[in-house]
Amino acid sequence: MNLTLKIWRQKGPQDKGQMVDYKVTDISEHMSFLEMMDVLNEQLINSGDEPVAFDHDCREGICGMCSMYINGEAHGPDRGVTTCQLHMRMFKDGDTITIEPFRAAAFPVIKDLVVDRMAFERIQQAGGYISINTSGNTQDGNAIPISKHAADEAMDAATCIGCGACVASCKNSSAMLFVGAKVSQYALLPQGQVEAADRVKNMVAQMDLEGFGNCTNTGACEIECPKGISLENIARMNREFLKANVKG
Amino acid sequence: MALDSKVPKGPIKDKWTDYKNHIDLVNPANKRNIDIIVVGTGLAGGSAAATLAELGYNVKAFAYQDSPRRAHSIAAQGGINAAKNYQGDGDSTYRLFYDTVKGGDYRSREANVYRLAEVSANIIDQCVAQGVPFARDYGGLLDNRSFGGVLVSRTFYAKGQTGQQLLLGAYSALNRQIARGKIEMFNRHEMLDVVKVDGKARGIIARNLITGEIERHSAHAVVIASGGYGNVYFLSTNAMGSNATAAWKIHKKGAYFANPCYTQIHPTCIPRSGDYQSKLTLMSESLRNDGRIWVPKNMDDVLAIREGRKKPTELSEEERDYYLERRYPAFGNLVPRDVASRAAKERCDAGYGVNATGEAVYLDFKTAINRYGKEQAKISGITNPSEAKIYELGQALIEEKYGNLFQMYEKIVDENPYKTPMMIYPATHYTMGGVWVDYNLMTTVPGLYCIGEANFSDHGANRLGASALMQGLADGYFVLPYTIGNYLSNDIRTGKISTDTTEFDEAEKEVKNKIDFFINNNGSKSVDYFHKRLGKVMWDKVGMARTEEGLKEAMSEIKAIREEFWKEVKVPGTAAEMNPELEKAGRVADFLELGELFAKDALDRNESCGGHFREESVELDGEQKGEAKRNDKDYAYVSAWEYKGEPADAVLHKEELEFKDIELKQRSYK
Ligand SMILES: Cc1cc2nc3c(=O)[nH]c(=O)nc-3n(C[C@H](O)[C@H](O)[C@H](O)COP(=O)(O)OP(=O)(O)OC[C@H]3O[C@@H](n4cnc5c(N)ncnc54)[C@H](O)[C@@H]3O)c2cc1C
Ligand code: SF4
Ligand code: FES
Repeated sequence: MNLTLKIWRQKGPQDKGQMVDYKVTDISEHMSFLEMMDVLNEQLINSGDEPVAFDHDCREGICGMCSMYINGEAHGPDRGVTTCQLHMRMFKDGDTITIEPFRAAAFPVIKDLVVDRMAFERIQQAGGYISINTSGNTQDGNAIPISKHAADEAMDAATCIGCGACVASCKNSSAMLFVGAKVSQYALLPQGQVEAADRVKNMVAQMDLEGFGNCTNTGACEIECPKGISLENIARMNREFLKANVKG
Repeated sequence: MALDSKVPKGPIKDKWTDYKNHIDLVNPANKRNIDIIVVGTGLAGGSAAATLAELGYNVKAFAYQDSPRRAHSIAAQGGINAAKNYQGDGDSTYRLFYDTVKGGDYRSREANVYRLAEVSANIIDQCVAQGVPFARDYGGLLDNRSFGGVLVSRTFYAKGQTGQQLLLGAYSALNRQIARGKIEMFNRHEMLDVVKVDGKARGIIARNLITGEIERHSAHAVVIASGGYGNVYFLSTNAMGSNATAAWKIHKKGAYFANPCYTQIHPTCIPRSGDYQSKLTLMSESLRNDGRIWVPKNMDDVLAIREGRKKPTELSEEERDYYLERRYPAFGNLVPRDVASRAAKERCDAGYGVNATGEAVYLDFKTAINRYGKEQAKISGITNPSEAKIYELGQALIEEKYGNLFQMYEKIVDENPYKTPMMIYPATHYTMGGVWVDYNLMTTVPGLYCIGEANFSDHGANRLGASALMQGLADGYFVLPYTIGNYLSNDIRTGKISTDTTEFDEAEKEVKNKIDFFINNNGSKSVDYFHKRLGKVMWDKVGMARTEEGLKEAMSEIKAIREEFWKEVKVPGTAAEMNPELEKAGRVADFLELGELFAKDALDRNESCGGHFREESVELDGEQKGEAKRNDKDYAYVSAWEYKGEPADAVLHKEELEFKDIELKQRSYK
């Protein structure tokens, strides 16, 4: 198929940036979206232009690196996939596709489609862990049985890949789904109980400091999240937060 | 230099304990004055950095991604081994040790493997304490699954995302230390050289991938944990950025490179669909627990399927060739990876491949879905369940076990694997070879360590499934923190290492010159053009089956591609900005050298062992006819290559392998 691409080009953090049109031809429906971008870049290099910078690494939907806002949706039109798992069979010959970076005040653009997601790192550093040393002096893994249900639910929350699609999809640029997922994982497990109150307070405080917006329950994040992280995690985080503040 | 593996004396069971009891320690106050650089924050580097920081050292850690959570360890699906014997099926430290040495086709160092098996159980405890949500059974205890090449169930897992969960565990430990200021994390930084002072590793040169700035970083010791070099094949299950640069650069500065030819070609990956293909996706080995591998028995059916006249589901049991079950009745679909991969290639080379390219076999879940469905019906008390009900129940169970893999498959291939068998084909997956290290995980350069997939140490000529995660975490959490202390105890009075020295000047100049060359070369071909050509030579001539003639051709072809690369490569943009093409150029330049050494090593090893299969070395008769033939008399050694300029001139050093605790035997999975 032949396509028109409207792509955000921005030379660096200070540059204003603009949308630029490109044409690609002979795109196979079996290609992944990023393979289509590879074709474009090869074309740009051969014609002496600068290729489009974009983040990607694993190309199998797990590292959370890829981050394109395609036709007005984070990770594009398909559901339950990252940009790298999106396939060209979702488009048809003659389509025009707009491609932008994940936008949010807390995710400044570095170049073209690449954004800076260090805010997520700092939130994790604020409390996304259990304070246990890695010396190996721990009790046996089976010493505390954990119900299958709790383990499965914790696992579901833990599958967040930290991509930031939730933030990019939210009209308030809220990071509640991302933070809620991490808080939930530990809140659901006995190992996480000891520091539960401090964890949620510190992570939420850092989230606010980074300039992410509030959650007004529109639920766009859940729809666009490639890993199906549920809104329940936000509710759980709110309960944890209340509980923590009641305890003081 | 003679290779000294520094394996401690004494019985194998006591070596590690004795070693730990007798090493020199660094007191906590002195640790504060010691800096360590860790390059790479995947499972190996991430766990090492966290533990070293907890012990009190100052750690500087580097990764090329924008977060440690994105290292390619994140993609590991199936699980992690540990000799816990929770299932009571006869597992033990010895058995894990034995399985790993046997699975590695008797080409690994016994003492290292024993230590790995010894610390394995503790890894699980550690990860549970960190909040890693491993799968549990209904009693709330940890669940296990089986992987290829073994007869016990010792693999712990977190759905199909075990690597993700383990890495997030290490990442959380890392974050805790970053927050305390004990680790300085350099994301989006690439190490481009190591700096030696008086023969010791004392720092690195790195490029800030956002600004393009070249930076100097010093330390008392340097740890390389940069992952594997599978991308030398261009197509692999590795990440797009996975590279050999850190490992290759230290090789050029004196670290020997061991067994480069030992590569694992994984049997169950999604087949290639076209020339634009940028990477291959693994379907976890755990699927072989429940999937049966087959191709049609009759060529007519093969052709009918390829032409779309027949569906695989229409073939009766009699019309299917479950070739692994046929050839290896004892292990069936759970033979080790190298055996399964070659068997798939054998069928496809014989013309039985089931897709348009002729390079695909089926992985079928019908039997398992039926079996589980019946079991579930019984458990739920449904008498006389219909076929459809059985299927529904069975499918639900399979979905719970492998849901994310099935979804991944469907998104890529656009077929529903619950309804029709998956198509799979082998792909490059893991590199057993890597930087040579001694028992302390130190390279041939003092103060320079190498851990995780980047080193060569534990898997011999073939790695068993679920053992890489185990090794990465063993190295990082439990081994390196001891061994490096022993070395650093001599450095407590050294003081800060200055970066304002001629050694740093020179290393930096070399790095800058190379970058300037790329930017100014103005050639006519993109980096990928060369990488794809290299990959094709590697796959065709240094892939699943190798011959003397092919390897010689590969060496000269790779050299020719390399020469053309340096003349014709084109890198757009500038050095002082984010420039992904420039990053790729540096990595491919290193692959083009490593590839040739790889072929040279394969040529030297005129035997078939593990992932390395020489067509000249097969059993000629008997029950094992046609199977790989190892040659212990001439090749029971580790090949450690010393850099001498051109890869073809590399000098071979042999570390002879002694097997005292395991009898050397030809592997049989029949
Ligand atoms: C798809 C897939 C599935 C797998 N499944 C399993 C499984 O189920 N069980 C199992 O045991 N094993 C599995 N493996 C193997 C296992 O995941 C890897 O061997 C292991 O995770 C490697 O860990 P590592 O820490 O050595 O390297 P990686 O996780 O690859 O980390 C490398 C690190 O080095 C950094 N780096 C690299 N080069 C540079 C440089 N020049 N400068 C700075 N930083 C650099 C990267 O940023 C990264 O942080 C799988 C592998 C793949 C590809
Ligand atoms: S919650 Fe979903 S969308 Fe948000 S970072 Fe995690 S995986 Fe991405
Ligand atoms: S590139 Fe890793 S999730 Fe898309």
